[in-house]
Amino acid sequence: MKQKLKSYNAQTYLAYALIAPAALYIVLIVAWPLLETIRLSFTNSSLAGEDYVGFENYQKMLSSKKFNGIVTRTFVWMFFSVSLKLIIGLIGAVLLNANLKGRSIFRVLVMPPWVVPIAIGMLGWLWLYNGYFGIIAGVGMRTGILDGPFGFLAYKQSAFISTIIADVWVGTPMVTVFFLAAMQGVPRDLYEAAYCDGASRWDRFFKITLPQITPVIITMSLLSAIWTFNSFEIIWILTEGGPRGATTTLIIDTYKQALGNYKFGRGAARAVVVMILLTLFAGFYLALLARINKKISHE
Amino acid sequence: MNKYNTFEKILIYSGILVFMTFILLPFVEMFYASLRPLDHLFRSPYQFYSDDLSFWAYREMWNTVPMLGRYIFNSFFLATSVAVITLIFVIPAAYSYARFKFPAKNTSLYVLLAINMFSGAVLLIPLYKVLRTFGLLNSYQAMIVPGVAFLIPTSIWLLKSYFEKIPIDLEEAAFVDGASRVQILRHIIAPLSTPGLVVVGIYAFIGAYAQQFLFAITFNQKKEYMPIPSGLYEFIGYQSVKWNEMMAASLVGIAPVLLVFIFLQKYIVEGLTAGAVKN
Repeated sequence: MKQKLKSYNAQTYLAYALIAPAALYIVLIVAWPLLETIRLSFTNSSLAGEDYVGFENYQKMLSSKKFNGIVTRTFVWMFFSVSLKLIIGLIGAVLLNANLKGRSIFRVLVMPPWVVPIAIGMLGWLWLYNGYFGIIAGVGMRTGILDGPFGFLAYKQSAFISTIIADVWVGTPMVTVFFLAAMQGVPRDLYEAAYCDGASRWDRFFKITLPQITPVIITMSLLSAIWTFNSFEIIWILTEGGPRGATTTLIIDTYKQALGNYKFGRGAARAVVVMILLTLFAGFYLALLARINKKISHE
Repeated sequence: MNKYNTFEKILIYSGILVFMTFILLPFVEMFYASLRPLDHLFRSPYQFYSDDLSFWAYREMWNTVPMLGRYIFNSFFLATSVAVITLIFVIPAAYSYARFKFPAKNTSLYVLLAINMFSGAVLLIPLYKVLRTFGLLNSYQAMIVPGVAFLIPTSIWLLKSYFEKIPIDLEEAAFVDGASRVQILRHIIAPLSTPGLVVVGIYAFIGAYAQQFLFAITFNQKKEYMPIPSGLYEFIGYQSVKWNEMMAASLVGIAPVLLVFIFLQKYIVEGLTAGAVKN
């Protein structure tokens, strides 16, 4: 009988056979294109054909001031967006974690921006940001903060900030939901013990809740950094990277080069930079995750 | 535990109010705009009050966007196809990860996680060339094929954790009693994993619904295959956008996903957060 069970649980060839279809699919649609992107980045590929050009795409890209500006801009955009998502998400989670009436309804109501197709949510934001007829400009004009119509997406700085806000709007619900789940996973007896010792609500938050959910906070900051870095639709729909390049991030620039101008080679070189940065993020993320797990198991 | 006093309650509820305003304002304003006549919308500065609200835009939008019905159908059709195909690939793989020990098991699971971090945008160029080579540009497949690929990794992780919850003793007992693998699959695993399959299916459906835009604008130019987002954006470039009808059409387009989500949100959130929070 033991023998028979052993054969049931240790059929490696069956295990591989079951995974094979999914693995092949990923190889064909994700892994192979990744390698192909790297190859293309050394060519001048376009709709007309392609020739090997060595490092020309990279040299041109790295020596251009514009590209360096784009990289800096990407990180500034990312920094503000991720920080805001985490701060607002944490505050939101604390508020929705309070044991008050209606919290289960609020918890459902946080999620629409996350669930609804981004493109549709952005249609709403396009209308909100409308300089003449939108509600934000309207409130600004009526309160006297603005002295006339103001197109939020038409000026460099305001477009930069507006796209960040829209990105925060899309990303915050997920952060909130994960923080909330983490807070509910904190053992209740920790709070009860602290309460008996006379710790204030404030103390309990900073001495118990925050340290307990730190691993999730770190995980979510890296994950949101990765998603924010990849954010395409929000900027593309609101500004297409404009005005005059003010909201062109690396992803937008890659898309513009490759599929706006059909310069596949140049686009691919940018995509490779994106890949390298993402790989760094991912490595950082996995290393940090391993360290946190180790620390927790030591305690 | 101590209860909140009135002051704290007021503080928390006002905090929630501000937070919820940020989250829901675009939707509320979209709905409000969809009820107002166009000449009320085009008044500057913004008018907070309209006295002639109506559902007129919800009737008129079918004329303004002649293919709206088709777009909604396409969105549904694309998301459903992507979800079904994803499940077909994911079920055997997730089962294998949940039940068998084999070399490179953990490594390949982490590779799957890493794949999640590459967005479609990075791979568009070779994908465009692949789809062009196979003559799949401007078709449903152009949006389904890449869509499935980006949902497989997370779906495997999710479904794996559901399969792991089914006690292996059940399977072993049946096997010892002489049941074949197919019988075990049909009579033990399939019924017990139905809730998990539903959650992963819904996750894939919502994900597919949400990710349509990028692949749709890049790989498909044909109107008859467009999903709602890219279909509607055809009308945004125009000089005078009929905002009330655009908003009405958007809301009708997202209503199905929202309803599905609201009814099943508990399970989806539990499934998605379980893994992350455990780590």
